[in-house]
Amino acid sequence: MIYVILTLVLLLLMVASAIYAIWQKDLLYAVIASGILSLFLSIVFVILQAPDVALTEAAIGVALTTIIFIIAIRNTVRYEDEHDKKKKVKTTTK
Amino acid sequence: MKIAIILISLGILGFYLMDIFFGIGFGVQHFSNGVKDLYLSNSKDILKVSNVVTSIVVNFRGFDTLGEVTVLFLASTALGGILYKKRHHVGERSVLFPASRIVMSGAKLLFPSIVLLGAYVFIHGHLSPGGGFQGGTIIATGFLLMLLTYRNYSVSHNRLVYFESLAGILFISIGLVGYFSKGSFLENVLPVGNMNDLFSGGVIGIIYIAVGFKVAAELTGIIYTVLHEKD
Repeated sequence: MIYVILTLVLLLLMVASAIYAIWQKDLLYAVIASGILSLFLSIVFVILQAPDVALTEAAIGVALTTIIFIIAIRNTVRYEDEHDKKKKVKTTTK
Repeated sequence: MKIAIILISLGILGFYLMDIFFGIGFGVQHFSNGVKDLYLSNSKDILKVSNVVTSIVVNFRGFDTLGEVTVLFLASTALGGILYKKRHHVGERSVLFPASRIVMSGAKLLFPSIVLLGAYVFIHGHLSPGGGFQGGTIIATGFLLMLLTYRNYSVSHNRLVYFESLAGILFISIGLVGYFSKGSFLENVLPVGNMNDLFSGGVIGIIYIAVGFKVAAELTGIIYTVLHEKD
């Protein structure tokens, strides 16, 4: 029973982090949120008794994919368009 | 001369692969009610492997694993081919913030234990969860930590290529030895030993060690190439 509740909570957290990753205009935050989604997914795999898949998900989804996306963001742009960047700068300077 | 050797070896390899391929007999019904019970009983009784997932991935479905390894190899080769021109005159990597002393000491302390964990995962692939892909990825994350922390830490690209090629050759030659002696690609040729021993499961351990080295070398090469890409 407790495993069912834990799985449901983890699934809700996964959905929440996925929605956050879509909603967020700052791409760095979006990539971190998708990495957190992979972390919850690997815990769900452990609960579902698939430790092989959980190891793969933890190593590839959390570490490697996130880092490769961050390198891509560093070499391109961090915000989706210039408008968001200006708005962010304006709100931080106020 | 070089091209002729490559063509002849590719022809021999292609002939035998096609021979195996047509010997499979697609459409012929081998089992009447699924294969799951056969996998479970065979990996317990014949192969003496406690991790059934590993015995399916490497032994019963070993040809699929060879295909997966080839896909990864092609991806890393294509990435290297695309980014090759810009890798001639790179010095230090561009970092936004240099790592602090705490991060440097911590990375130096963590790196050997991460590599040891990865090696443990792929050496014990037939006993505990995990295997070549997982262990190789863990080792690649260790190299990623060192590459991100130290600006002038570099990995020898030639050495990576050697490891990758030798591991691939080892995988295919084990498969061919199985083909020539037992008549089926990746057939087990070594003694299986006792269940839950380190030296059990025949060729599974050797193949997973090869796959682990190959995946670690490929992913480290991909990360190294991408990190050195400047705009």
